[in-house]
Amino acid sequence: MLRQLEGSRAVAEAVALCRPEVVCAYPISPQTHIIEGIGALVKSGELTHCEFINVESEFAAMSVCIGASATGARAYTATASQGLLFMIEAVYNASGLGLPIVMTLANRAIGAPINIWNDHSDAMAVRDAGWIQLFAETNQEAVDLHVQAFRLAEELSMPVMVCMDGFILTHAFEGVEIPTQEQVDAFVPPYEPRQVLDPHEPVSIGAMVGPEAFEEVRYLAHVKQLQALDLIPEIAAEFGGTFGRRAGGLVSTYRSEDAETIVVALGSVLGTIKDAVDALREQGTRIGVVGIGSFRPFPAAAVRGALGGARRVVVIEKALAPGAGGIVATDVSMATAGLPLQTHTVIAGLGGRPITQRSLMELLKLAGSDGLEALTFLDLDRSLVERELARMARRRRSGPTAENLLRDVGIVSARVT
Amino acid sequence: MVTAAEILSVAAFGDGRFAQAFPSFGSERTGAPVVAFCRIDATRIRTREPIVAPDALIVQDATLVHQVDLFSGLRPGGYLLVNSSRGFDDLGLSDLVASHGDERLLTVPATELALEYTGRPVPNAVLLGGFAALTGAVSLDAVVHAIAARFSGKVSTGNTAAAREAYRIVERRRGVLADASPA
Repeated sequence: MLRQLEGSRAVAEAVALCRPEVVCAYPISPQTHIIEGIGALVKSGELTHCEFINVESEFAAMSVCIGASATGARAYTATASQGLLFMIEAVYNASGLGLPIVMTLANRAIGAPINIWNDHSDAMAVRDAGWIQLFAETNQEAVDLHVQAFRLAEELSMPVMVCMDGFILTHAFEGVEIPTQEQVDAFVPPYEPRQVLDPHEPVSIGAMVGPEAFEEVRYLAHVKQLQALDLIPEIAAEFGGTFGRRAGGLVSTYRSEDAETIVVALGSVLGTIKDAVDALREQGTRIGVVGIGSFRPFPAAAVRGALGGARRVVVIEKALAPGAGGIVATDVSMATAGLPLQTHTVIAGLGGRPITQRSLMELLKLAGSDGLEALTFLDLDRSLVERELARMARRRRSGPTAENLLRDVGIVSARVT
Repeated sequence: MVTAAEILSVAAFGDGRFAQAFPSFGSERTGAPVVAFCRIDATRIRTREPIVAPDALIVQDATLVHQVDLFSGLRPGGYLLVNSSRGFDDLGLSDLVASHGDERLLTVPATELALEYTGRPVPNAVLLGGFAALTGAVSLDAVVHAIAARFSGKVSTGNTAAAREAYRIVERRRGVLADASPA
């Protein structure tokens, strides 16, 4: 049924429809509403055969998921930002052990300086942890990706992270079609584990592996990621056939067939970018969009195929590798190596800075006239940066940077943008 | 405020429109100034950028009007509804009324109405009744249904009654303003 509801609520209901048997999490903004929603469904009895476990930290949350999953339970958690970093050792363990845990990541910046708002720094910090990472463009897609995630995780016996933009999606009210229990039951069969801790048939999971086989274990994790490259589009296609709407898949394209310039991005900013592209198309610009739905595994062939006909690609990403530049752009460049394609990296939306259509239009017009540099920071306040650099040059004890900048801008209690 | 934007989006959805509501938290502290947005459209809404030039602005806390720049984005011909038992002159907003024209700018005593009907000084749902009357962007029925769906018991019945009263007050004031303004 199509309903107007908060993204977090929609995801909570979707996860409940997938019949998780163990849910545990530690609250952290902007993920908290999801877990609260699931907790309420367990308490009210709407979600049965599910143990909701309150834990003392994110590290415990993922550790409990690992234990639950290893004993054959369908396990779910959600986190964000520092919470993900706090559990990172267990995040690697979950994938290293091949446990099909599903986790929602309500994407949020990482401190210091502390910042609760959205960017993709958290997801990018664990891009090499061996998890599948899917990105949702809308709350509808977030719902649909969770249904697909349990199928995907359990078919491959590996964990899946569903990334949705914190606040922008988690706290947005919009129309979302919530599937029925019958539909989800038909799509997500009961969990049949590939490995299970069973007192009647004792095995050990998590052995120490030395140089004799470690590389092979890692290689097999890579093979599973490559298998996911086939399975993700298969599951997305089956989902489309069953539920009657497109969701998931490796990449999505928008007006990119004849495009000279193609914008590449992940997550909810694709909506704003599409509006900008429509406006530029009306002005006669041949421009399109490629959305990356699966960042891990990285769909190199699909990206190469989608970008192959363009002259230039503008990768807009909500994370920065300090000292290097773009993260997504690096993968895009590798995927398109050898093609006559100019690649630009645009760092945007860090720490919740709004990405506006106006700024996007200016940026993309500049790209169209070959005026865009290889690495750009959207809407960067140059004067603010210059003031701090001058301060640092002027004297040794220039003070803490974040506080200096806040003093420069003047703390405004309710700035809109 | 966040709740008001959410309820408004549910009301617009109830009217068969597409709607999107989202907050912009100034800080994670109860009582801190908060801005929330709602878009209503006949077609699917894709953009995620904050609204900087609203067609309509609801100010829930009138003590902010001289502390924060609230009106820079309000376009000529835009709607403004301020929660106050006082008029714009008393609020020190005569210049704003003079520059924007007064037929789309109104105050409504939503906190007082909320206290009267619910016993609590929470004006968010009440303001939406006034908003429906001021702009016609949503129907009163849809607002009432959305409020009833959000709350339960006395909070629900009190707020729906207060929203209806706010609708009547704003409708009457609009009528007076329309009669007074030169045709």
